[in-house]
Amino acid sequence: MSTPAVTTPSRWRALTHHHLFWPVAVLIALLLVNVPFTPDFFAIRMTDGHLYGSLVSIVLFGSPLILVAVGMTLVIATGGIDLSVGAVVAITGALTCSYISDQADQNALAGVFLAMGIGLVAAVLCGLWNGFLVARMGIQPIIATLIIMVAGRGVAQLITDGQIITINSEPYKLIGGGYWLTLPFSIFVVAAVVAVTIALTRRTALGLLVESVGGNAEASRLVGIRSMRIKIMVYMFCALCAGIAGLMISSNTSAADGNNAGLWIELDAILAVVIGGTSLLGGRFSIGGTVIGALVIQTLTTTIYTIGVPTQTNLVFKAAVVIVVCLLQSPKFRAKVFGARGRAAAPVTPAAPADAAPKMEVSR
Amino acid sequence: MLNRRNFLTAAVGVAATAGLAACAKEDSSSTGSSSGGSDTITLGFSQVGSESGWRSANTDSVKSAAKEAGYKLQFSDAQQKQENQISAIRSFIAQKVDVIAFSPVVVTGWDAVLKEAQAAKIPVVLTDRSVESDESLFATLVGSDFTDEGRRAARILEKVLEKAGHKGDVKIAQLEGTTGAAPAIERAKGFKEVMDADHADDWKIVVTQTGDFTRAGGKQVMSAFLQSNPDINVLYAHNDDMGLGAIQAIEAAGKKPGKDILIITVDGVKDGFIAMSEGKINAIVECNPLLGPQLMDVVKKVHAGETVERWIKTEESDFMQDQAKDALPTRKY
Repeated sequence: MSTPAVTTPSRWRALTHHHLFWPVAVLIALLLVNVPFTPDFFAIRMTDGHLYGSLVSIVLFGSPLILVAVGMTLVIATGGIDLSVGAVVAITGALTCSYISDQADQNALAGVFLAMGIGLVAAVLCGLWNGFLVARMGIQPIIATLIIMVAGRGVAQLITDGQIITINSEPYKLIGGGYWLTLPFSIFVVAAVVAVTIALTRRTALGLLVESVGGNAEASRLVGIRSMRIKIMVYMFCALCAGIAGLMISSNTSAADGNNAGLWIELDAILAVVIGGTSLLGGRFSIGGTVIGALVIQTLTTTIYTIGVPTQTNLVFKAAVVIVVCLLQSPKFRAKVFGARGRAAAPVTPAAPADAAPKMEVSR
Repeated sequence: MLNRRNFLTAAVGVAATAGLAACAKEDSSSTGSSSGGSDTITLGFSQVGSESGWRSANTDSVKSAAKEAGYKLQFSDAQQKQENQISAIRSFIAQKVDVIAFSPVVVTGWDAVLKEAQAAKIPVVLTDRSVESDESLFATLVGSDFTDEGRRAARILEKVLEKAGHKGDVKIAQLEGTTGAAPAIERAKGFKEVMDADHADDWKIVVTQTGDFTRAGGKQVMSAFLQSNPDINVLYAHNDDMGLGAIQAIEAAGKKPGKDILIITVDGVKDGFIAMSEGKINAIVECNPLLGPQLMDVVKKVHAGETVERWIKTEESDFMQDQAKDALPTRKY
């Protein structure tokens, strides 16, 4: 795309029209907002043999959201939506922690792995159920996944008996709250999941299939794509991601809270996907954009805590920032506000999806 | 498509109703058949839900106290919904129970159903939380004084500071409860009252933010506080769970909870006491959920037509670190 253009203005244009430009710009702006309030915001130092600093905290606390949002991206790319991820987070955490808490030796690796396996299997089953309802039964995704969203939290409460289960398991603590090679271990988990997802969707035809199902499920079926199978698969993948996030959240506090774990995370995840430039109509997605989107949301949350926004205005502040981000993402809005430059570029925009795929590879 | 959707809605509706009916049946059968002779008191109790360990302890206390007192208990769980609670109270009225008790989910919107109870001449006792209704509509409130818990937190902080030999400014980080919840508002108010009156010069709340009464919230917020205000030396958390989350954030920052940062929490759940016995929490202001016996006492009095105080406060105490080990085995929740 950028081959003929070598002059500075066109390079600038190429940069500003990259699909990740606005999300990244917002992320950087949000990070900079913190500096006057926390002078050493970007400082990272060693504490107790691991890196410590605001940036590390943002990635650590943002990891579950990134995972859930990556899974959600694929579901949304098929034109669906998964509202059940928050409940799946709660179920996985509850099952895993209650299994570990029943162990005589909570530090035994075998027990911990088995517990995590049970949790993740339950998560994938939830995904299978969602996929079955959406693909086989033809129920609207928003309704189909609403069932587990509502009932799943009840199941989690049933497992934990409405209590908070506290565990003391060092190996389990590693996933969401521990450190490895001086970095939070969750970063490695997230990196692995994101890498596998990108490899599967961009190095193989899988991504194309997902996008074509999202673009037009019926047409995809007619050209020989098993759209039902693809749909069931993405819901299972989304639930698996939510399950891993559930392990992280419960591991981070060494406790399973059936009532509050992952509460409203589905909405944050959908927001992250949208900020990252994936269309809710399906047919096009960007994993890199989603990761940036999730980081924007987590940075926003941290910013609210550090700059001392009064408690009552938290949500209003958050909403205001999200509105600004969404407006910046809109080509129409940019054309109106930034005038000529935006208008000149307007005809280019519809062409963007065509060459969007190779760019996404580069972006991560 | 439309048919399928309608069918689904109907199916969900039927399932929900069936579920509720099943719960109601189970609860009433477990507490014996409908009201018998006039000598035993039948108490209708509508609980908020089962959102926390505190709440489950509260439920258990009411159930066991009713059994001990020999009352017939009609128990219903409102699952955090006012409409469930109102319909439960209406069914208590229809069943002609002797006394109705409930923990209101929210503070407003109770006038109509309370008037119905009054018309049926059934006395109403509120537990744990109050309502904004005319005082004549309910007999009394059995519950904690959250503002006083805030004051007690400030008083116990004085003791903790003295014991730790703290000199210089006291820079306090406050973890608030869910925004708008009565315990969050009043625990902040009571604490500030004492602070403004006696420690206007040397105490200062440098950061305050909601942690939604959860561990994850407490950990995340505290971790941000420690970045923006590394000089915090006291943490006041509106419940134990947020305090427990914050302890992990403090440890991750390489500081010692209970030493570098003195910690005061409210509630007194078992995990809180465990942390206190490990020296990670300095003091806990108890908010007692075990109000069953007091409630049964009041129920007996209002049933007999005696006048009782408008607000019967639950018996609560404060705990310092040295009492933690002794108190731990007695913690039921």
